Amino acid sequence: MTSLAAPEPTPIQESAKSEASAARSERLRLLLRMPTVIVGTVVIAFWIFCALFPGIVCPYDPIFDNQLPVNEPPSLDFPFGTDTNGRDVFSRVLAGSRSVLLIAPAATLIATVLGTILGLMTGFFRGIFDDVTSRVIDAILSLPVIVTAILIVTAVGSSSRWVVALTIGLIMTAPISRTVRASVLAEAELDYVQAARLRGERSPYIMFREILPNVLAPVVVEFTVRLGYAIFYVATLTFIGFGVQPPSPDWAAQINQYYTFIDPYWWMTLFPALAIASLVVSANLVADGVREVYER
Amino acid sequence: MTEVLAPTAADGAEVRALEVQDLELVYKVRGVDRPVLRGVSFSIERGRSYGLVGESGCGKSTAALGIVRYLPRNGRVTAGSISVAGRGVLALGGRGLRDYHARTVSMVYQNPGAALNPGLRVGPQVAEAFTVLGVAGKEAEERAREALARVQIADPSSVMGRYPHQLSGGMQQRVVIAMALAKDPALLILDEPTTGLDATVEAEVLDLVANLQAEIETAVLFISHNLGVISKMCDHVGVLYAGRLVEEGPVETVLQDPRHPYTVGLLRCIPRGGVRKDHGRLDTIPGFLPSLGATIPGCVFADRCALADDHCRGEEPDLETVGPEHNARCFHHTRAQELPREERADLTLPAIDRSATPVLEFDDLGKVFQQHGSDIHALVGVSAAIWPGETLGLVGESGSGKTTLARTLLGIIGPSSGGVELDGRTLPPRFQKRTKNDLRALQIVYQNPDSALNRRHSVRRILTRSMQKLTGVGGSEANARVSALADRVRVTERTLTQKPVQLSGGLKQRVAIARAFAGEPKLVVCDEPTSALDVSVQAAILNLLVELQAEQGVSYIFISHDLGVVRYISDRIAVLYLGRLQELGPADVVFDGPHHPYTEALLSAVPTIDGGGRDRIKLEGDIPSAAEPPSGCVFHTRCPRFLGEICKTEEPPLVEVEPNHSMRCHIPIEELRRLQARKADVHA
Repeated sequence: MTSLAAPEPTPIQESAKSEASAARSERLRLLLRMPTVIVGTVVIAFWIFCALFPGIVCPYDPIFDNQLPVNEPPSLDFPFGTDTNGRDVFSRVLAGSRSVLLIAPAATLIATVLGTILGLMTGFFRGIFDDVTSRVIDAILSLPVIVTAILIVTAVGSSSRWVVALTIGLIMTAPISRTVRASVLAEAELDYVQAARLRGERSPYIMFREILPNVLAPVVVEFTVRLGYAIFYVATLTFIGFGVQPPSPDWAAQINQYYTFIDPYWWMTLFPALAIASLVVSANLVADGVREVYER
Repeated sequence: MTEVLAPTAADGAEVRALEVQDLELVYKVRGVDRPVLRGVSFSIERGRSYGLVGESGCGKSTAALGIVRYLPRNGRVTAGSISVAGRGVLALGGRGLRDYHARTVSMVYQNPGAALNPGLRVGPQVAEAFTVLGVAGKEAEERAREALARVQIADPSSVMGRYPHQLSGGMQQRVVIAMALAKDPALLILDEPTTGLDATVEAEVLDLVANLQAEIETAVLFISHNLGVISKMCDHVGVLYAGRLVEEGPVETVLQDPRHPYTVGLLRCIPRGGVRKDHGRLDTIPGFLPSLGATIPGCVFADRCALADDHCRGEEPDLETVGPEHNARCFHHTRAQELPREERADLTLPAIDRSATPVLEFDDLGKVFQQHGSDIHALVGVSAAIWPGETLGLVGESGSGKTTLARTLLGIIGPSSGGVELDGRTLPPRFQKRTKNDLRALQIVYQNPDSALNRRHSVRRILTRSMQKLTGVGGSEANARVSALADRVRVTERTLTQKPVQLSGGLKQRVAIARAFAGEPKLVVCDEPTSALDVSVQAAILNLLVELQAEQGVSYIFISHDLGVVRYISDRIAVLYLGRLQELGPADVVFDGPHHPYTEALLSAVPTIDGGGRDRIKLEGDIPSAAEPPSGCVFHTRCPRFLGEICKTEEPPLVEVEPNHSMRCHIPIEELRRLQARKADVHA
């Protein structure tokens, strides 16, 4: 029988010197070997490119009304058809990634920073501060995200994209801080933390310089996982009418505008919806890969 | 199905319980096969026991896993054969393998807590071992009861109703052994079965295994890094190094007349025979184990062997017969015992001036923990003083309060009563209130350097930060001092740029020691600093600690369960039991006696290489709960020299029975001297 053994990679030189950075590049190498991660990255990179250079990718202007015949179904001229305002849906879908690609990462970043700080403090100080904060976090986690977000945005009275980002960021702080807290609890038991105390270090130094570097792996994982959720939440809120408004070509705003005409003008809703799905799925593909590499 | 590989005993000769032939085993790491075992052959006759020794990473456990066919997914046998009771093991698949596991082979692991299912009561769990063999319901339960009785569990019925976490470590290990023996296995593999246990419990478990083995016809493969345990338990021993069996033979022959330089080196590393830090340094084995899967053209040990010549480096020696049943893989086996020692001058240790102010003194120290509403007296009235340049050894079983005492002295936990004085000055109870100079004076070296060093920081950063915080110097001055400090603990400049994961265990411990010494401390608490290390590395770390003491006149509180190590390094020894000081005195007096009955029991529990028919004084039962300490003398429930009513009702005071030697016992010192005299003869 023929040997089916795959060609062996050459042995990796054991160079102790650069092993720390080798660990990093090893992770990157592992990530880039996963087909799902590559697909996710390519799709996200494509949408980022579209958001940065709509002028290059869009065949028509995505915003001006009545440039084209209205309500044209998909054809060779207009692959995604045209909408009731006489705009090219293909151009609008390509241009529609901009706001979600701003708001969702911003919200995730806010949540990650706040959640990490909160998780570090609750896990490190324990005691009454942790008890109270953890109960509040439990309460937030028990609320439906979208309903809570609507309440906050309504209470604030403004629904600019930054209010939406901040709202989602605050809500997502809860699960992130809980994950970070669990890691910090385990880390704070280790002797190096006690050794730091015994040389007179203050708590902030121990939290941010000693413990934080050791809990970065779960933080990175949380960031990528939450990014997928954030895209989804932002789209949902925009669909309901918060955040960006028409005539912006934002996907969820388009769906909001045209979903009542889905029969017979299905293309005005379907293509933006597919675009949202592509971004959420891609973010999750990357997150799965990151989790696998960081948590093994 | 494939033909079974093993030869069966066609000629009627007795089939060996285990026969390993030219076993080659590899682990695939990053896509490359790395050899872990290289042509290992050994065999065990029925009813005999075989010990495998060697330092970590030499392939002991891998050999065991290969034999039971439990290799991790990246492990693979590439050549050779294994047969157990005449049956080829490597070709077994599916049903055959299950039958092999169910009926033929048993394995007992190091951590009994992890080997038992925490969610099942002991009874059903042990009964399961019989159910697998086809014994039904009620009868399985009855057999389980018998099995537990066989491992000398006094009250099997009550133990069967308990969950594993409600049992002590020694009891758990008995349960695991009972389950392992349920099937009357042809081969029982014990992988470091007593490493996590206290010396007294270890002794009991070892006695048990030895007795059981005499009763049944099981062959035992005993894996341990502890030569003393192997010498006590085994008929034959094999010494593994870098996946090669370098020497094997009858235990006494190998240990008394070793013919491979590695065995010689291993034996020399162990502090024994009353060697003390002030005369005779410990030998070490220079260098490191070759990295996993390295290609070695010559002898695997050549790099670290002082006898090695070009012949050794160029050509691999065969396993040669050097005596009856005694084989060694060395060209120079006749000269192995002439292995040159490193020439080291004796150190001049600081003279201890007991008229001076002690560096640290604690008086009537007590600590009470609250647990589930009841008081746990972890420390009761402990007093002692440590003078500059002195080492106080702290010994006792786990739960005796050693670590609590150390943590109280450091101020990590506040005492419930009593206080600590540094240089005659009362220290604030908690470290938060202590001054920079107080913190600087008292430092600690932890047991596990992986936990003690921040894995994200470079060695230089770890040391520099400690230097800056403790001494207040900064900038280039701190850098220069860190380099000097690293030099003192034999850490190279290159190591300074590395992170802990890149370092070996011994090197990590050196860094941890350097960190404790960054502020030129007056006293360093060493909490089992060598128990996670191999013996050759342990010797090097002990040498380093003694050198630092000689250079800087630092004092140590040295906690260890290894009495040989404690004896080597300590000037005085404090023996703790249930948080109470039982005995305090000069190291040789405490060791040579007359000593407290508890100390006597601790000492007799330690398996030694020198062997000899030392009568072991058995300690019955487990250490009592600190929540409900026994009345009177707390040790009376287990005391081998129990006097009578007075021990139960009245706690003996700590009395100075001889100059500098205090003891808490109702038996007069002369009586103890007489009682213990016989044993001392054997000892000498």
